[in-house]
Amino acid sequence: MAKIVPKKTAMREQPAMERTKNFNEVPYGYSEQEAIQEAKRCLQCKRPTCMQGCPVEIDIPGFIDLIAQRDFRGAIKRLKDKNVLPAVCGRVCPQEDQCEKLCVLAKKYEPVGIGRLERFAADWEATQGEAPVPKKPKPTGKKVAIIGAGPGGLTVAGDLIKLGHAVTIFEALHAPGGVLVYGIPEFRLPKVIVYREVDYLRRCGVNVVFDFVVGKTATIDQILHEYDAVYIGTGAGLPWFMNIPGENLNGVYSANEYLTRSNLMKAYLFPEYDTPIVRGKRVAVIGGGNVAMDCARTALRLGADAVHNVYRRSRKEMPAREEEIHHAEEEGVIFDILTLPVRYMGDEHNWVKEMECIKMQLGEPDASGRRRPVPIEDSNFITPIDTVVCAIGQSPNPLIPQTTPDLKTGKWGNIEINPETGKTSKKGCWAGGDVVRGGATVILAMGDGRVAARSMDDYLKTGVW
Amino acid sequence: MYKVLKREQIVPNIHLLAIESSSVHQNARAGEFVVVRADERGERIPLNLVDWNKDSVSMVFMEVGTSTSKLASLKPGDEIATLAGPLGKPTEEVQGKKIACIGGCYGIGALLPVIRMFKEKGNHVTTIIEARSEFLLYWQDKLREYSDEFQEITRDGTKGHKGHINDVLVDYIKKNNVDMVYVQGCTYLTYLCSEITRPSGIKTIVGLNPIMVDATGMCGVCRVIVAGETKFGCVDGPEFDGHQVDWDNLIARRKIYINEEISSLSFYECERYG
Ligand SMILES: Cc1cc2nc3c(=O)[nH]c(=O)nc-3n(C[C@H](O)[C@H](O)[C@H](O)COP(=O)(O)OP(=O)(O)OC[C@H]3O[C@@H](n4cnc5c(N)ncnc54)[C@H](O)[C@@H]3O)c2cc1C
Ligand SMILES: Cc1cc2nc3c(=O)[nH]c(=O)nc-3n(C[C@H](O)[C@H](O)[C@H](O)COP(=O)(O)OP(=O)(O)OC[C@H]3O[C@@H](n4cnc5c(N)ncnc54)[C@H](O)[C@@H]3O)c2cc1C
Ligand code: SF4
Ligand code: SF4
Ligand code: FES
Repeated sequence: MAKIVPKKTAMREQPAMERTKNFNEVPYGYSEQEAIQEAKRCLQCKRPTCMQGCPVEIDIPGFIDLIAQRDFRGAIKRLKDKNVLPAVCGRVCPQEDQCEKLCVLAKKYEPVGIGRLERFAADWEATQGEAPVPKKPKPTGKKVAIIGAGPGGLTVAGDLIKLGHAVTIFEALHAPGGVLVYGIPEFRLPKVIVYREVDYLRRCGVNVVFDFVVGKTATIDQILHEYDAVYIGTGAGLPWFMNIPGENLNGVYSANEYLTRSNLMKAYLFPEYDTPIVRGKRVAVIGGGNVAMDCARTALRLGADAVHNVYRRSRKEMPAREEEIHHAEEEGVIFDILTLPVRYMGDEHNWVKEMECIKMQLGEPDASGRRRPVPIEDSNFITPIDTVVCAIGQSPNPLIPQTTPDLKTGKWGNIEINPETGKTSKKGCWAGGDVVRGGATVILAMGDGRVAARSMDDYLKTGVW
Repeated sequence: MYKVLKREQIVPNIHLLAIESSSVHQNARAGEFVVVRADERGERIPLNLVDWNKDSVSMVFMEVGTSTSKLASLKPGDEIATLAGPLGKPTEEVQGKKIACIGGCYGIGALLPVIRMFKEKGNHVTTIIEARSEFLLYWQDKLREYSDEFQEITRDGTKGHKGHINDVLVDYIKKNNVDMVYVQGCTYLTYLCSEITRPSGIKTIVGLNPIMVDATGMCGVCRVIVAGETKFGCVDGPEFDGHQVDWDNLIARRKIYINEEISSLSFYECERYG
């Protein structure tokens, strides 16, 4: 057996001081040499535990071995058997909780850099010109409508087009990708990557209709008149606020607004692009997840002098990926942990100018198993700020449930499904991703898409619900 | 991309825009709006639907900043980057009521589908339109067709009543048994009408125009405070009970980007005219 190399091959990245001045991607990715070196760390386990951590069941040792043998084309092909968005997942999957967590090496050493290798293979392919489109399968004559061009919807589209069904995606916005495009910033996931993958699906024959708001432009029932099956992958786009005084002051954003302006509408390039964004000098970002890290790092790049991340629990409980917190720290985000905003105060023009917070301490564990934050009496303090971004979570948008009475939803407006099949309570309708789970992850949305696609194909072939 | 079928100036600074569309009409109802984006770099802006059929939709807009200037320079055959809709809640349908409908600037055009709906539902419709001067009033014939009574107001007295909406509306509600007032236009007009009817308690529905981005309930920029509660203008509105609206907040929030809007427009004009 090969000698174990305890540490991951390092990935070069833009230095922190430089990168806060631009929106370019932070890590550079592996060179061919580095990729091969990292691939050789894999022990090619007979029973690869890593695969159990991947929601789309990628043949991990398989594609890694091909990289080790310098067969990059083979590697990307192997990846694409299971994952239509490898360049995306290689970048944004929380690998440390999924595939890499279960890598045997992780018990004693650093796991194999599965995500980095996945990214490498996908990026390599992008340098090879347009990816070839597989031969068109025999048309089945069945028509499928997919609502939402997020990672979940794109996965379903990729799977069903390969099986010969006619696929149309209806997307509310003017660009595909869902959160990958409107939410996750350019410096973490360059948009060309998403557009390239969508372009590939279009060349395979997927029809993408933009500016089509299902529930308004047409209802699910109207769509079902024309299509044999529908997949709802509309995500969790309804932003939450805290309902504290001053939240409607000017300068108080939801994370969705802040990120959509900057990413989808390219407000960071204002005035070349028409959509503006407030370039605050003292910014407070509320919340401790990936979304909050993205907002804080965006604020720095928009020229803030000080960005405070305000989080009510301790650093240990932060749901953001370790890598993101680390990047944010390096870039100079100030972490105000165990702190909760209680109100915002404005000036005479209704602009936010101060925030009052209260200090917290950790009490007994709550339902989520994390220790519940409790306010410390009389610990209130006031900080001057000019911009607030509220990144405390989101839930599914009610437009579709409101206009589809026979679609069963849960407490948070999430669509209820049978997890084995992705079937909703409504005949001919499947759902998955964030609209079912609330805010989850890219790869879980894609996994849901895969499950639903299988069940949809069955239904389209047999007609049995 | 969506083809421009028509773009013409109706009166100075106010334009009619007709865009090819085969999907928006299907569920379109009075009081709803669309989002348009002039080009790939453009902002998404909401405009009320004025008319629709199976091939096209039309809107009336007032040229104020970059986006509307871009729209105002369109010619038939040009294309715009985004057309999405219909959006928002439609105007609540009522029957057998006496309704005063008031429009100013682009709101004169935006009234059309609403009074048509009110009329079809068997209401008594009084339409009142106002502008600075006669040359800024438009579509009188189209509006008369669905109105039982029709009045014009100009500030300079060149047409109809000389003065302000104040005098006319105060007088009208005093003399008539009005069940409801409906207003389309700038924030100032909707605010003013709501204040006029407040003492009498006559239900007053106003079409608001908070800033929007996605217009599907995703970003929350359009929030307005109604009866003490935060609502999203794009999905809960854009029409609300004017007596319940927190006007100070709405007016302040409309100005979030005022500096950027000015610099955007000068940037655009520099690029365009050198
Ligand atoms: C800022 C941010 C950072 C994140 N970072 C990470 C990360 O690092 N790693 C990770 O794994 N996950 C991350 N996530 C979570 C991840 O992005 C989501 O879990 C994932 O995108 C969900 O995919 P989806 O396909 O279910 O929906 P979405 O990506 O939300 O896509 C839904 C699509 O449906 C469209 N839509 C909505 N309503 C309608 C309608 N009525 N009609 C037509 N179309 C409609 C939307 O416009 C959108 O394009 C992040 C999320 C955010 C917001
Ligand atoms: C639901 C809804 C429906 C609507 N329907 C319509 C409609 O049917 N027709 C219509 O015309 N509008 C309508 N509006 C308003 C319309 O969306 C806005 O007028 C539009 O977004 C303006 O975009 P803009 O880029 O041209 O102007 P912006 O740049 O956004 O300018 C907006 C404001 O800034 C001010 N401003 C811009 N430049 C300058 C300057 N140089 N100096 C001083 N002030 C300046 C303007 O006075 C204007 O009030 C609607 C709004 C909503 C929310
Ligand atoms: S898709 Fe995500 S979980 Fe699966 S192997 Fe790739 S990085 Fe790991
Ligand atoms: S568990 Fe780790 S070492 Fe084993 S095959 Fe998977 S990646 Fe390679
Ligand atoms: S415009 Fe974004 S939620 Fe209303």
